[in-house]
Amino acid sequence: MLEVKNLTVSIGDRKILDGLNLTVKDGEVAAIMGPNGTGKSTLSYVIAGKPDYTVESGEVLLDGENILEMGADERAAKGVFLAFQYPVEIPGVATMTFLKAALNAQRRQRGEDEMTTPAFAKKVREAAELLGIKNEILKRPLNVGFSGGEKKRMDILQMALLEPAMAILDETDSGLDIDAIRIVAEGVNKLRTGKRSFLLITHYQRLLNYIVPDTVHVMAQGKIVRTGGKELALELEKNGYRDFVTATAAE
Amino acid sequence: MAAVQETVDHVKSLDVTEYKYGFFSQFEMDMAPKGLNEDIVRFISAKKKEPEWLTEWRLEAYRRWVTMEEPDWARVHYPKIDFQDLYYYAAPKTASGPKTLEEVDPDLLKYYAKLGIPLHEQELLAGVEGAQQRRVAVDAVMDSVSVVTTFKAELAKSGVIFCPISEAVHTHPELVKKYLGSVVPTSDNYYATLNSAVFSDGSFVYIPPGVRCPMELSTYFRINEQNTGQFERTLIIADAGSYVSYLEGCTAPQRDENQLHAAVVELVTHDDAEIKYSTVQNWYPGDAEGKGGIYNFVTKRGDCRGKNSKISWTQVETGSAITWKYPSCILRGDNSRGEFYSIAISNGYQQVDSGTKMIHLGKNTTSRIISKGISAGHSQNTYRGQVTAHRKATGARNFTNCDSLLIGQNCGAHTVPYIEARNDSAQFEHEATTSKISDDQLFYCMQRGLSGEEATALIVNGFVRDVLQQLPMEFAVEAQKLIAISLEGSVG
Repeated sequence: MLEVKNLTVSIGDRKILDGLNLTVKDGEVAAIMGPNGTGKSTLSYVIAGKPDYTVESGEVLLDGENILEMGADERAAKGVFLAFQYPVEIPGVATMTFLKAALNAQRRQRGEDEMTTPAFAKKVREAAELLGIKNEILKRPLNVGFSGGEKKRMDILQMALLEPAMAILDETDSGLDIDAIRIVAEGVNKLRTGKRSFLLITHYQRLLNYIVPDTVHVMAQGKIVRTGGKELALELEKNGYRDFVTATAAE
Repeated sequence: MAAVQETVDHVKSLDVTEYKYGFFSQFEMDMAPKGLNEDIVRFISAKKKEPEWLTEWRLEAYRRWVTMEEPDWARVHYPKIDFQDLYYYAAPKTASGPKTLEEVDPDLLKYYAKLGIPLHEQELLAGVEGAQQRRVAVDAVMDSVSVVTTFKAELAKSGVIFCPISEAVHTHPELVKKYLGSVVPTSDNYYATLNSAVFSDGSFVYIPPGVRCPMELSTYFRINEQNTGQFERTLIIADAGSYVSYLEGCTAPQRDENQLHAAVVELVTHDDAEIKYSTVQNWYPGDAEGKGGIYNFVTKRGDCRGKNSKISWTQVETGSAITWKYPSCILRGDNSRGEFYSIAISNGYQQVDSGTKMIHLGKNTTSRIISKGISAGHSQNTYRGQVTAHRKATGARNFTNCDSLLIGQNCGAHTVPYIEARNDSAQFEHEATTSKISDDQLFYCMQRGLSGEEATALIVNGFVRDVLQQLPMEFAVEAQKLIAISLEGSVG
């Protein structure tokens, strides 16, 4: 379970998150929607441990443990996963090599044995098949020269491989055509098992047709301003964010 | 705190004194008196019972050296070296020509165990044969003398000569006389001339016509004694249609004073012959404040004397306080080919000025330069390269790719290429990039579970992949580990 309590975050002099509260229960799929520049990506980065931000106050608890003092790698080993809005290119590092290094680094941190090469290869093959990723691409340097859709699928492949407890998907649908969205969504839906929680960050309701959320939160001016069920997404699609933005600005 | 700031702070607190090979072996030594004059040159020559011609050759070099000036064009800074305050000859007393491993001083074997790289060669030195699928013959040079050469007898069966150069002077004088100084003449440059006067030992390799050397040849150089310059001389001749792959490794103990290393390596390939020369240089780089470390002033040059011949240099440079080194190829034979693949990593206060020269003299000669410089800490890393085509070198082609990677904010990367084509048909290409490991790359890797250091090592290994692929497999694995060790503490 993820609990964000009264989180205030700034970058330089600019306050981005302003006393934000959010709970994602075990097995819950929560969506955060909101206009550009309200701090949605900041929230995902702060949870994952990107070091550019100053946490002024508040805490982020994963299964009751405050993770804010932990490094990004430690949080990853605890089960926090972030699918990036813009996955990063790592020239010269074969995708397979990267995947194996990541998986084994997490296993080492948790005191588990490293995975054997055959077991690893099998796992990658299965995940790749599920997401329609060709084998050739796994030999190429990670994300280098990949199309936008390939990059996003590669991030979901990593999620399937690393089996996180808390997966955050930051604008995973942006830049994807409708077929690619469906493939990614199917991949995510297959991973919706047991205790695994998801936090979907998106502008558009479109993705939520394929990954149906349990909860929808609306974010504006650095905080959650409304929470509802999946029908809230449809309402937003119809009316836009204007009401929320002006409402909070008038406070 | 921003990641960049953290990186900077971490680099500042960096502890390069954790040099893995910083042990000092206790041996009884046979030394020449301190300083350099004609008597010392004669002393060295006499110690090695050299023939008159070689003594004269050395003296001639010495006389020239005293008239020369230390070069100052490289982008490196260091206090002036007092050449009279050095020892020019030091030899472990027990090492007077062991014939088998059993005769080798057990302390020496312990020292190889400590040396640690590469592990499989340690086993070979300890006599564990058959433990490896691929075998490597090793010549180990400590301070001024070669202490052990393995697999000599087996190599002799195929006609390959692999022995200390001091021995070759006696056993194969005609070859030594013919080739010594024929690529790097005694007048070549300040350090090469000094080396010619006082060179102590090194490896000698001769591959007869048509022979593919049945195993990798390897030399380990180690400076052990205090205030002692090391001046090895390596000479490799690949006769027509032959092939050899040669590996060179170096380490030195940690010392507060700077130690001088001025080696000369000469390679000669005849028609259709090929030499692949790989170096993993890990001399002591100095401590966190830049105190101590090796001054590495080395002249390496290959002469593609015959048509269709090939010389390939691959180097992984992680050590030394100062590196001044330009392994070069003279492409004399028509259709000959020169290659230079380099990874130069600098951290702490290291200064690297390294690169290559490709001198195209023959027709349709080709060359390729791939240089990867990585700077961290307060280090300065310069690539200096020269590509020239002679008037008659029609159809000469060169491709150069020169990439620099910066880690942190206090280091520097510099690229100084000289390109000169004196005929219309030469085609030279030069590509260069400078980049930083971005905070985004680091965060992405760490989000997937890699620690900052693992992430840096992975990104750097990706950056140098083109060059690592050129190394013989066992060395590539060692080099990869060495890269990780060299960059320890460079990232927050």
